[in-house]
Amino acid sequence: MPELSRGEVRHLADLARIDLSDAELDHLAPQLNVILESVASIQGVAGDDVVPTSHPIPMTNVFREDVVVPCLTPEQALAAAPEREDDKFAVPRILGDEQ
Amino acid sequence: MSWIRKTAAEQADALAAGEVTSVELVQAHLDQIAATNGDLNAFLHVDVPGALAQAAASDERRSAGSPLHALDGVPIAIKDVLTTEGLPTTAGSRILEGWIPPYDGTVTARIKAAGLPILGKTNMDEFAMGSSTENSAYGPTRNPWDHDRIPGGSGGGSAAAVAAFQAPLAIGSDTGGSIRQPGAMTGTVGVKPTYGSVSRYGVIALANSLDQLGPVTRTVLDSALLHELIGGHDPKDSTSVPTPVTGLIEAAREGAKGDLSGLRVGVVKELQGDAWAPDVVERFEESVDILKKLGADVVEVSLPSFVHAMAAYYLILPAECSSNLAKFDAMRYGRRVTPEGSPSAEEVMKVSRDAGFGDEVKRRIIIGTYALSSGYYDAYYGQAQKIRTLIIEDFRRAFESVDVLVSPTAPTTAFPIGEKVDDPLSMYLQDLATIPANLAGVPGISVPSGTSREDGLPTGVQFLAPVLEDARLYRVGAALEAALLEQWGGPIVPAAYQSKESS
Amino acid sequence: MTEAKLAGSASDRRPTLIDFDTVLESFDPAMGLEVHVELNTATKMFCGCPTGFGAAPNTQVCPTCLGLPGAMPVVNGKAVESAMRIGLALNCEIAEWCRFARKNYFYPDMPKNFQTSQYDEPIAFDGYLDVDVDGETFRIEIERAHMEEDTGKATHVGGTTGRIHGADYSLIDYNRAGIPLIEIVTRPIMGAGEKAPLVAKAYVSALRDLVKALGVSDVRMDQGSMRCDVNLSLAPKGSGALGTRSETKNVNSLRSVERAVRYEMSRHAGILLAGGKVLQETRHFHEDDGSTSPGREKSDAEDYRYFPEPDLVPVAPSREWVEELRGTLPEPPAGRRTRLQAEFGFSDLEMRDVVAAGALDLIAETVEAGTTPQAARKWWMSELARRANDTGVALDEVGVTPAQIVEVQRLIDDKTINDKLARQVFEGLYAGEGTPAEIVAARGLAVVSDDGALTAAVDAAIEAQPAVAEKIRGGNHAAAGALIGAVMKAMGGQANAARVREIIMEKLA
Ligand SMILES: [Mg+2]
Ligand SMILES: [Zn+2]
Repeated sequence: MPELSRGEVRHLADLARIDLSDAELDHLAPQLNVILESVASIQGVAGDDVVPTSHPIPMTNVFREDVVVPCLTPEQALAAAPEREDDKFAVPRILGDEQ
Repeated sequence: MSWIRKTAAEQADALAAGEVTSVELVQAHLDQIAATNGDLNAFLHVDVPGALAQAAASDERRSAGSPLHALDGVPIAIKDVLTTEGLPTTAGSRILEGWIPPYDGTVTARIKAAGLPILGKTNMDEFAMGSSTENSAYGPTRNPWDHDRIPGGSGGGSAAAVAAFQAPLAIGSDTGGSIRQPGAMTGTVGVKPTYGSVSRYGVIALANSLDQLGPVTRTVLDSALLHELIGGHDPKDSTSVPTPVTGLIEAAREGAKGDLSGLRVGVVKELQGDAWAPDVVERFEESVDILKKLGADVVEVSLPSFVHAMAAYYLILPAECSSNLAKFDAMRYGRRVTPEGSPSAEEVMKVSRDAGFGDEVKRRIIIGTYALSSGYYDAYYGQAQKIRTLIIEDFRRAFESVDVLVSPTAPTTAFPIGEKVDDPLSMYLQDLATIPANLAGVPGISVPSGTSREDGLPTGVQFLAPVLEDARLYRVGAALEAALLEQWGGPIVPAAYQSKESS
Repeated sequence: MTEAKLAGSASDRRPTLIDFDTVLESFDPAMGLEVHVELNTATKMFCGCPTGFGAAPNTQVCPTCLGLPGAMPVVNGKAVESAMRIGLALNCEIAEWCRFARKNYFYPDMPKNFQTSQYDEPIAFDGYLDVDVDGETFRIEIERAHMEEDTGKATHVGGTTGRIHGADYSLIDYNRAGIPLIEIVTRPIMGAGEKAPLVAKAYVSALRDLVKALGVSDVRMDQGSMRCDVNLSLAPKGSGALGTRSETKNVNSLRSVERAVRYEMSRHAGILLAGGKVLQETRHFHEDDGSTSPGREKSDAEDYRYFPEPDLVPVAPSREWVEELRGTLPEPPAGRRTRLQAEFGFSDLEMRDVVAAGALDLIAETVEAGTTPQAARKWWMSELARRANDTGVALDEVGVTPAQIVEVQRLIDDKTINDKLARQVFEGLYAGEGTPAEIVAARGLAVVSDDGALTAAVDAAIEAQPAVAEKIRGGNHAAAGALIGAVMKAMGGQANAARVREIIMEKLA
């Protein structure tokens, strides 16, 4: 069972966009390892012959008609925006690329 | 006569008979909330004008002879995990402080369409992560039986509100036991319906493949009434099962007659042992004896993969929630914290999420992020999904020989506030008995089974039935409830909330 | 990611570009093309919001596509059908069972901070598309076509460029978020050699024609309803290996596809010949000079944490449904070409030029709208091809419709205008001045057939060129051309040439 180092916890927090302070790292990292250790017990329990279940009730092909339904108004859409400019959401400068 | 002591069914009957108005009922509950919520913190938001206006509208419908539903006019509380247009919805998190959804979840819409006045939104562990309601960003809910103890969780708010007569009906959500375990802790009834039989549209997702809304009430019949109201297919939820939810009320009424002859009940071998407090086991065994007396065939059955359920659950849930909670990034809604200087969007997201999420949320997001990482997916998430298959298989086999399974709902009675907050594992153990149902999608009910000889706190017994056989829970639950009520001479009620007239 | 890293190294900003022929002496190119096609369904992939282009900001959003807490997706059945038809037209297998997956990464234009896409279970896989380059057929193998959703659109405020770098903040419109996309991914295309840039262009062009024929997308590259990412790598000549690739994003015209391949081949060769290593990275294409510049470095740390979307159930198309859809496919492009060539009476050479210019569909539509194949071919291959070339857009984006061409040709046939005036009518159409008839009226382009005006002009021409007049009188009728030319010039091209000849002949008989 691999133990999560502080660096790994910080990396995971970065991936999850959580700005952990050093104090939080000290607090959380050991707890995370205790949890991971306890869940690691499932490794090897089910073999290759066991099909994974992502859904308890198997269903397929649930589709919607291609018919327009009413939208929110821009007022409703933007009501909770931390910041807006006209009818757009204003966000801080974006690092990285256009996707 | 104190209306708040009445069950929802009794309140509905009184409305129908013209003995009381909805406004009177709502006002009585609002008064009780005003008198007790300072101690309990069961409600995060109380909608006084809204509830009274809905009650007045209900009274008008009734006097015009056109009530919308048998429960039209009976007040209800909604766990803060479900969106309510115009009412704050926070999921117990600081990051959603003040958020007012522009839309109703399907269950909210069904409640409104049936004319039930909505009293307000109930407290919960942040994003439903927890078994004690201590993880709420808005302070813990206290157990009406003992204000220094937890009411269970994550739906401690709904359970406490119902136990303390603040509401006759409440909506809860159950991902790993969050309806049933608080039911056991507060002496109330809670039902987790078959996965997909109550719409999740509008439920702030914790773990999408496990979450299910359900009723929180003081009686089995009340749960059946509410369950039928909220259940049934919803085209807005792709995982909604296209099977009508009916026959529950009938099953509860039938069960209350007390005849269980022919019912095969399986005691789960894996849900016994050292983890279970002796006083909880004592009450459980007493309940099993009653079932036998009512004519049930009781046998022990083994579901060997249950021992892996906790581990599978604590991988599947964090994985799904780590992705679900990514949307809380302070860009479109929610609390934005902007650090000094000219921070980038990425920095603002990180700082806002750090400030907005509590410890348990962070723990689970990090574990989930880890479990889904490319190098670990098969070992963790993939493996957990296989365990799920094994557990479903166990249930299938068990239900070949029995009609329902039975176990204690929770391993202990309510524990003191603060006892387990920094010990996640021992907190997780609270859901030992309830988690398998969520993994397999089967329905479960928790029914009060008395109070512990040792600490006087309530205990609960859990029944589980096969997928879409929710009616069986109501039959057996109502039978046990009726027998116990007879034995107790009436409902068991927390001392501080006993009727002043009767005590 | 640090900003220094984004800016790239100095060599990236001023790369050494190797002459194309020299590249081919040492290297074999391999390409991979990823094309995103926006479907023209009425509603989005997972909600009932409309998909119309150009609506006011945040007017086509709902709790689902805005990623509001509690909202849930429901799959648009029509989009699944369109995906399957694209797959079938690309000779793909259609999955018997497949799922949507979440691709997790944070980006402000993505409301849920995950994209609902497909991962290891695409709806269509293992297909091909044959494309023709200079009479040689290349089989482009299709690895997969999968369904996903588009993101919102950010505009960047402040800074000097209006681009993302250096901006003070950004504004986001989520109308586009959730619009259905089909991503079509090729296997590595090898062995194209010097024709690689043309093969890439021909593939995208053929794909565009195919999708258009299916009627499932507007495939407007200029509006972003079809977008292309170009992966390119070089390997030592004859090695059969695959080198390190670069991924040039958002190459959004056919011409740009060709240019991006050419540029990246030259750039990679510059690095490799200098003994350097090509970085596996994302690059941006610049329309102005055809160059690319570095974006984000692709590292192994990029971990999208895919897992099956738990709010959706699997898609398991019955074989009956698949066969029913197969029955709705349009005629395969190759067979259709043979049929149309015979119907239109084009020579092999004419046909090859038409296909190469991407004009076949337009000519077919124009013939359908009511003119002769020769007339249709004439306009698309001359006037409109010139216009497309001058403005750097695709032929179907020049802003003239088949119906308008039919109307122009009718005006010529009934002698209201002549070929020369028609060119001015097209000028008017480019400028959006109305219908051809309106342009003729507004610009005063009608041919003059009035004898009074024509006779006066003929008299003036005879007087100006007595020697020519004498030749005609002497029976040299061919000399009339000089006088007709003079009259046309004097009347600004608007004289009815046939009538002018008649008047000259009457006067000089
Ligand atoms: Mg993609
Ligand atoms: Zn939408």
